[in-house]
Amino acid sequence: MSSERGYLVDPRVTEKVAFALLWVAMVVVMLPMAGIIGYMLYRGASSLNWELISAADGGLYPAIIGTTFLVLLTALVAAPIGVGAAIYLSEYARPGPLVRLVRLAIINLAGVPSVVYGLFGLAAFVILVGWGRSLLAGACTLALLVLPLVISTAEEALRQIPKGLREGSLALGASKWQTIRRVVLPNALPGIITGLILSIARAAGETAPILFTVAYFRLSDPIPNSIFDPIVAMPYQLFVMATEMPEIPDETKWATAFVLVALVLGLNIVATIVRTTLRRRRW
Amino acid sequence: MQDSSTDTAAGNTSDSGTRQYDEDRAFLNAPVDADRSAEQSIADHAVKIQTTDLNIYYGDFHAIKGINSRIRSNEITALIGPSGCGKSTYLRALNRMNDEIADTRTEGDVLLDGVDIYQPGTDLVTLRRRVGQVFQQPNPFPMSIYDNVAYGPRLQRRLSRAEADEIVERSLRGAALWDEVKDGLRKSAMDLSGGQQQRLCIARCLAVDSEVLLMDEPCSALDPTATFRIEELMIELKERMAIVIVTHNMYQASRVSDRTGFFLLGELIEFDDTPRIFEHPQDERTDAYVRGRFG
Repeated sequence: MSSERGYLVDPRVTEKVAFALLWVAMVVVMLPMAGIIGYMLYRGASSLNWELISAADGGLYPAIIGTTFLVLLTALVAAPIGVGAAIYLSEYARPGPLVRLVRLAIINLAGVPSVVYGLFGLAAFVILVGWGRSLLAGACTLALLVLPLVISTAEEALRQIPKGLREGSLALGASKWQTIRRVVLPNALPGIITGLILSIARAAGETAPILFTVAYFRLSDPIPNSIFDPIVAMPYQLFVMATEMPEIPDETKWATAFVLVALVLGLNIVATIVRTTLRRRRW
Repeated sequence: MQDSSTDTAAGNTSDSGTRQYDEDRAFLNAPVDADRSAEQSIADHAVKIQTTDLNIYYGDFHAIKGINSRIRSNEITALIGPSGCGKSTYLRALNRMNDEIADTRTEGDVLLDGVDIYQPGTDLVTLRRRVGQVFQQPNPFPMSIYDNVAYGPRLQRRLSRAEADEIVERSLRGAALWDEVKDGLRKSAMDLSGGQQQRLCIARCLAVDSEVLLMDEPCSALDPTATFRIEELMIELKERMAIVIVTHNMYQASRVSDRTGFFLLGELIEFDDTPRIFEHPQDERTDAYVRGRFG
């Protein structure tokens, strides 16, 4: 049977069906997100108080401090390497088999399970280089983990800069590097920073890579004095609490989980704000 | 008297009674090594750019085919022709912007003041300062008006505040933009109108003392008023430099230019004084194009 237009189904009907299906897809994506956060709050609300967050002993304070340091150092290591590689790939490298190979390697790197990064970090930074279980070893391991994401978001940000701006600069006698340094990078920065924060947010929640490289469950002095000190980290704290410490009430574990998710979510929100406020430029 | 067609494409040697043009027209079309009268060598001195057997390839595509041409100082040279005929490629050969496009090959000579800019060891920085370019889309940098103008000079050395102020004012005055922006030099160049942005781009070239200004359809994104202001400015600026403009607008070519070159499929079909190209073209293809019969 066909409608008066000759289509099998009237376009007005397909429009409604398509809209309904897409809406359902959106809801299905939102539900687990809302469910997880809601359930964590429901189970952990009774333990969720300032005491839990701020107490130096038995609270989350050491882990929050530790994760903050870890995440900052990771950004410090990953940013120059990742952005540098992205600039090379998008601005300097001549397209060819080598560049394709490098890109393939980066994509594959993104698919490596995080526990492999953890073991690699243990072998390379903790043992081989001899940094021991330390902030630096953990940050380098996490940096490796986030590099693919940093590189691909930075490349995307660089690609957004119109060709006309580069040509305008080159035509005034600027070298390639001057053009990158003075015109391309400043304008790609919002995108690069957004990608960096998103990558860091991911690193903040990872457990496996820090398991063998930096994290302890309890330390006499939770505030690191140097990058060669170990730290207490949020995801590891939660992991140990959940698997090895039945004496800790479930509410506390749920509250801890909520704080960790809130931290990661907070970083994502910051990234969104950075993107929307800094990207309001026109070319 | 020299034959006017020696500098243009082959197959264009018909002689007719209409060719009673004066001598200063003739020398431009003379072969490079022809005998010169005193008058001619004086005028020849004004040849700023000369291309000899210029060929450009994009990969396998032969974009520019054996072009011999002369660009004179203190003149506006218009390049016309249908889209894809190679005018922009020719233009970009004059400041080696084609180097930025992968897989481009350039053969032949491009002499700037008699020196080949394609010879090994040519300093691209100096070349591009001497031969400035204004693009089709106004491309001010997303920074202040002041910093846009100072951008070129600052690439070379650190400028004192006073030096920078002086260069910015002089360049903006030169580009007929000073009066409109002098109270807001620190404002973003992105807030200027399209025509103002284009004049800002011209000011950027003036700031590095360009001797040649290459303009690639500079008015195609502008309204008629802004276009008129750019044309006025071009006529002012030709007193101090050579200007080459690619345009799709016949009226613009006939209004502002002294010399016009007609490109077709990578060849320079005819290159002569503007009134002659528009009123008495020697080649029937030029005739057809300027009368709007194709392209």
